[in-house]
Amino acid sequence: MNDWSRLVPQLVDATWETLYMVGVATGLTVLLGVPLGVLLTVTAPGALAPHPMVNRLLGLVVNLGRSLPFIILLVLVAPVTRGIVGTTIGSTATIVPLTIGAVPFLARLVETSLREVAHGKVEATLAMGARRRDVVRTVLLPEALPSLVAGVTVTVVALISYSAMAGAVGGGGLGDFAIRYGYQQFRTDITLATVVLLLVVVQLLQWAGDRWARHLAAA
Amino acid sequence: MIELSDVRKVFPARRGAGEVVAVDGVSLSVARGEFAGVVGPSGSGKSTLARLVNLLERPTSGTVTVDGQVLTDLDAGGIRRARRSVGMIFQHFNLLDSRTAAGNVEHPLELAGVGRAERRRRVAELLDLVGLADRHGSRPAQLSGGQKQRVAIARALAARPTVLLCDEATSALDPGSTSGVLDLLRQVRAELGLTVLLITHEMSVVRAVCDSAVLMSAGRVVDGGPLSEVLTRPGSALAAQLVPAPAAGTDAAGGELVEVTVTDAAPEGLVLHTLAAELGLSVEVIGGSVETVAGRRFGRLLLRVRGDDGRLDPALARLRAAGALVGRTAAGDPRPFPDADDEPRPEPEPDVQRLADAPDVQR
Repeated sequence: MNDWSRLVPQLVDATWETLYMVGVATGLTVLLGVPLGVLLTVTAPGALAPHPMVNRLLGLVVNLGRSLPFIILLVLVAPVTRGIVGTTIGSTATIVPLTIGAVPFLARLVETSLREVAHGKVEATLAMGARRRDVVRTVLLPEALPSLVAGVTVTVVALISYSAMAGAVGGGGLGDFAIRYGYQQFRTDITLATVVLLLVVVQLLQWAGDRWARHLAAA
Repeated sequence: MIELSDVRKVFPARRGAGEVVAVDGVSLSVARGEFAGVVGPSGSGKSTLARLVNLLERPTSGTVTVDGQVLTDLDAGGIRRARRSVGMIFQHFNLLDSRTAAGNVEHPLELAGVGRAERRRRVAELLDLVGLADRHGSRPAQLSGGQKQRVAIARALAARPTVLLCDEATSALDPGSTSGVLDLLRQVRAELGLTVLLITHEMSVVRAVCDSAVLMSAGRVVDGGPLSEVLTRPGSALAAQLVPAPAAGTDAAGGELVEVTVTDAAPEGLVLHTLAAELGLSVEVIGGSVETVAGRRFGRLLLRVRGDDGRLDPALARLRAAGALVGRTAAGDPRPFPDADDEPRPEPEPDVQRLADAPDVQR
């Protein structure tokens, strides 16, 4: 039952699908999650632009997103997915729940990173006559950059694991492959192969992310 | 140049803590070109006072005027523009780790919208001014504390301010770096005609650089004025902090205790000569210190005089008439100067503390 010659191209396709889903979702997550994290940080009491109502509301939304198990979220946002992509099946459709799941996650990491920036630096910059948006642009984000890169790396790894889960509901990618060939056809070797592939992808990304963060911190 | 008028700052009550009156009705006036100090124990409100000058803290009441502009009347945009003419340096430097020394100095120029070529030129000029022309590309982490503060000074001066606020600027530095930074502050004050307000708890810093100072305690100004005047003012709490009176010890050794205040105008030589040479008394110096304050000699000596046969008091009276600052004191006496931690004394001075004999600044 040596059908690996048939399976390997499919495995390669599935890997590319995973990378595509995770890549696009990461881009969208950064675009949405970083501003959300900035808002969470600056509207906090005693921060740059304290706004208790906005802060509490954003906190609530983020906590809601964070407390939902991803598999539930996947099903819950299906109507949204259909509205945006036109279908709920396939890797493109999976990008929507992936992004919705990862944005609150990254936003919290961004918030933690930005809060680590010493208040004295903010104060020194305000004393120069900076506007608040200048403080975010020239102090908070650049000073927190190594930590932000580390946060994005953690998010990418979480996205890979989410994307594998999405395979369970026809999301495409390595998770889908493992379920259809490995689980449903009792092919433990196939399951194992996908796990190894996922491990390699995660390792590579984590290594690259750590390296980049270290490079930024030392620069 | 800097004019605070009946400024109060009350921090509202937070969880578990009542409201805090950090600055309680302070009026203060610093003349153009003056190097003024604010001293006091921690918690006395002196750092809050510095932050009120550039409105990093908005006063609860009272007005803040800098260079004739009433900052407390300005809107947010006006305050931002006004802050460019008030440079500030801090205890922990607050440099950005993501930027080089040059990048840090460039930061305020970017914010002010200065063009790239002009920024480059100005950064080079400033780093040269603070003696770090060779450290352009260094990150803050690669600089010593003294060097970081020099970069911070260059950054504070970048937008050509007229006022420089120094909030405990030397408190995190070792003695060598401290004197280097103080020399630099003195130099830039002289070269750029800056008005400097220096917050510190280190009396040696005030002695080294300030023309005038105020002493704060529990949010109020309890003493102050030009140092040359403060130091000769009897019973001055600030003078007692700047040049502490020697401890008299116990009376066991016998003799009479005489305290001499040493100034340029009233040197101790005449006193020693009169008591020892003319009267033939035995005179011992049992304590004291003589310092250079605001460029002048100032000190306090405690003498033990033995062998008095009634001629001491008339001699002291004669010396006082001749301008010497001398008087008897008793062992174990509480010093006539209250500690800064004591309750503030009722303020005998007029409402506005004139800090120097400089022309009045338009309110």
